[in-house]
Amino acid sequence: MKALAARRHHRLAPVVLLLLALLTTGGIYAALAPSTANAETVSTADIETGKKLFQANCATCHGANAEGTDGVPSLVGVGAAAVDFQVSTGRMPMQMSGPQAQAKPRQFGDEDTAALAAYVASLGAGPAIPTDDQVDAAQGDAANGMALFRTNCAMCHNAVGAGGALSEGKFAPSLWETSERNIYQAMLTGPQSMPVFNDANITPDEKRDIVAFLVEQREGSAGGNALGSLGPVSEGLWAFAIGLGLLIGAAVWIGAKSS
Amino acid sequence: MSTATHDTQREAPAKPTTTVGKAADYLDQRTSIGVAVKEFARKVFPDHWSFMLGEIALFSFVVLIISGFFLTMFFEPSMALTRYEGEHPASMHGELMSVAFASTLDMSFEVRGGLLMRQIHHWSALIFMASIVVHMMRVFFTGAFRKPREINWIVGLLLMILGLAAGFTGYSLPDDVLSGNGLRITDGVVKSIPLVGSFMSYMIFGGEFPGHHIVPRLFTLHIFVVPGILLALIALHLFLMVLQKHTQYPGGGRTDKNVVGYPALPVYVAKMTGNFFLVFGVLALMGATMSINNVWNYGPFDPSPVSAGAQPDWYMLFLEGSLRLMPGQGTEWVIFGYTLPLNILIPAVVVPGILFTFLFVYPFVEAKVTGDDREHHVLDRPRNKPARTGLGVAFLTAFIILALAGSNDLIATHFHLSINAITWVFRILFFVGPVFAYAITRRICLGLQRKDRELVLHGHESGRIVRFANGEYIEVHTPLDEQERWLRVNYEAPAPLEIAPKTDARGVKRKGYSSDKRWQRLSRFFYEDRVEPVTPAELEAAHSHGEHDQLEDGESGHQAVEAGAGATSREH
Repeated sequence: MKALAARRHHRLAPVVLLLLALLTTGGIYAALAPSTANAETVSTADIETGKKLFQANCATCHGANAEGTDGVPSLVGVGAAAVDFQVSTGRMPMQMSGPQAQAKPRQFGDEDTAALAAYVASLGAGPAIPTDDQVDAAQGDAANGMALFRTNCAMCHNAVGAGGALSEGKFAPSLWETSERNIYQAMLTGPQSMPVFNDANITPDEKRDIVAFLVEQREGSAGGNALGSLGPVSEGLWAFAIGLGLLIGAAVWIGAKSS
Repeated sequence: MSTATHDTQREAPAKPTTTVGKAADYLDQRTSIGVAVKEFARKVFPDHWSFMLGEIALFSFVVLIISGFFLTMFFEPSMALTRYEGEHPASMHGELMSVAFASTLDMSFEVRGGLLMRQIHHWSALIFMASIVVHMMRVFFTGAFRKPREINWIVGLLLMILGLAAGFTGYSLPDDVLSGNGLRITDGVVKSIPLVGSFMSYMIFGGEFPGHHIVPRLFTLHIFVVPGILLALIALHLFLMVLQKHTQYPGGGRTDKNVVGYPALPVYVAKMTGNFFLVFGVLALMGATMSINNVWNYGPFDPSPVSAGAQPDWYMLFLEGSLRLMPGQGTEWVIFGYTLPLNILIPAVVVPGILFTFLFVYPFVEAKVTGDDREHHVLDRPRNKPARTGLGVAFLTAFIILALAGSNDLIATHFHLSINAITWVFRILFFVGPVFAYAITRRICLGLQRKDRELVLHGHESGRIVRFANGEYIEVHTPLDEQERWLRVNYEAPAPLEIAPKTDARGVKRKGYSSDKRWQRLSRFFYEDRVEPVTPAELEAAHSHGEHDQLEDGESGHQAVEAGAGATSREH
């Protein structure tokens, strides 16, 4: 300690201090910053495969280096999560232009999707694909998830995620068939008309709560057939179609009974 | 003294031997109820399935009362805050909510049979309104609202409006997000009324929306005031129906002076009982298998969230559609610091005002333009009153377009359409649709009437082709039988009103002429185009020049003509 004190006026002391300070901030940042790069180690081979797939299937619209073209977004910095969401739900590659890209049977298998994601992630840092733990509905709190869903999601996706209309033919899709991972990724990356809910806005735990709430909805309604969970319009339609239909049928039957 | 002889006379034939007989006799000796039972049991009602539509409404009301009675045992109409401790549903556990919402969850998940009762109650409400509307359609299109039944038509309309009120007040009780959204719209509509709006809103909600009073207030209205008036009016509705006797469809032997049908006991009592059990059964089945108004999906009310697909129950959907169709820009005027929100006032007050006014005044307007003050007990076939049928279909078209507009978001998602385009299409259709519906319906009616005329004059095509010796081919037509002919010729085709001339004999302008002129114009709108029923003379003429037909069945055809002529002459 004495030796340290003796050298504190050494002319190199400020430089050493500065280096130490930089090292500490850098270290803390590295430890605490959200891991933007893909957590899994990706091999350069993957990236190379991904690049080839990209150039064959995506570059027509997104540009040879994913820099984007007129009206087509750049993919630099969108992250692996965005690629995985778009490709694994079949939205990309897009089949036809329209108000929005629609989910369809996926065109790439898991391996190719992962390679594409690795390639795009290598272009610039972005949200990584969530881990299985992050999207595990069993660990989430459905009650909190519902409260969050009601405030942040229900105005477009309907109270229980049955989907809803947006302007000019766009729509918020139903979430009942969507995988937990895709739900999480959608919140993280905000595809198409959807806003981004980053980790500061809705924390990873809260995102898991929302996933838990949506998974709970798949169990159906305690009251019987959920009728699409679309609310009073579908209830009214069924009241006429089934209820009044049966009752008028019954009235005709009773009326036809010989008096 | 006289009672003594009366008693001995009554006991003389046979003393009741069965338990039921003894009980009935005991009751009768003290109340003379036998007179009323005998009178009612022998009362004749006409037979038709469409006369049971009103019954469906009545029986679903009975189911509403029974299930509603059960629900009041468990519902707590309080807006005090509480934390929900129940385990089901998981998404509600530990949430902060009103006592009203918590008790709704509790009765759904903890009370045995509670969810079933809630669902039966709600389905019954939807069916109650649906059957009322269909019953009204039957009454309207068959002209059953004509004298002497205008008053009962008004009573029926009040019943429908009270049904809306009952539905609305009940729908808002659970204090969930969806019904809260509905209340918020109500609040906005009340506030849109010029000058008094904001005061009325404060009065209704006991302060700024949502306040702490609205649920208990709606509860009192829902379980006491509205059903009380409903019951009284239902009693009046049925009393008038019995007093004025039921209308009957046209047919052989049925006139405005008789009722052709069967006695209430045993035929109609059996049919009504059967119908009651069927209604109860269908409603219970719906309540047991189809979920309705899962309030836990929407969560406890909070003024900030609104979910996609937020709509009222179907009978209020036309108001929702009316609001959705109204353009918002440029329709809110500020005059001397007062806001006149035409964007709410027109769709939520003026449009329903016009629709309901039409229903209220129609029987009186039709009587006036027909120049008709006779009693009518035989129903019209809808085709025989083309203008009325056209107006009714036009009204329904407007109503259905508004209801569809209220569901525009669901139409957009389910048919992959643009909601903006749908809204514009409905905006135009709301004005154009009813006009086209009127014109097309009226044309179809006139066409059907002409077809009837044709049929009466020439008979059915038999498909038998006969060739004569000179090479001429004809198809043999079989004449209509008596019943068929009665149905097709026994109606009136009123002509437009004739009014007194503009000036009297001295050339002075007559008072009230311009009013008469307006009524005459309206009368022309109703009755300018008409197809007169076949007269006996026309029928005779048609048959005498159709001698070819009579080659085949001359004698029987001739008899039918006479029978038909007799039938129509009875009418005139």
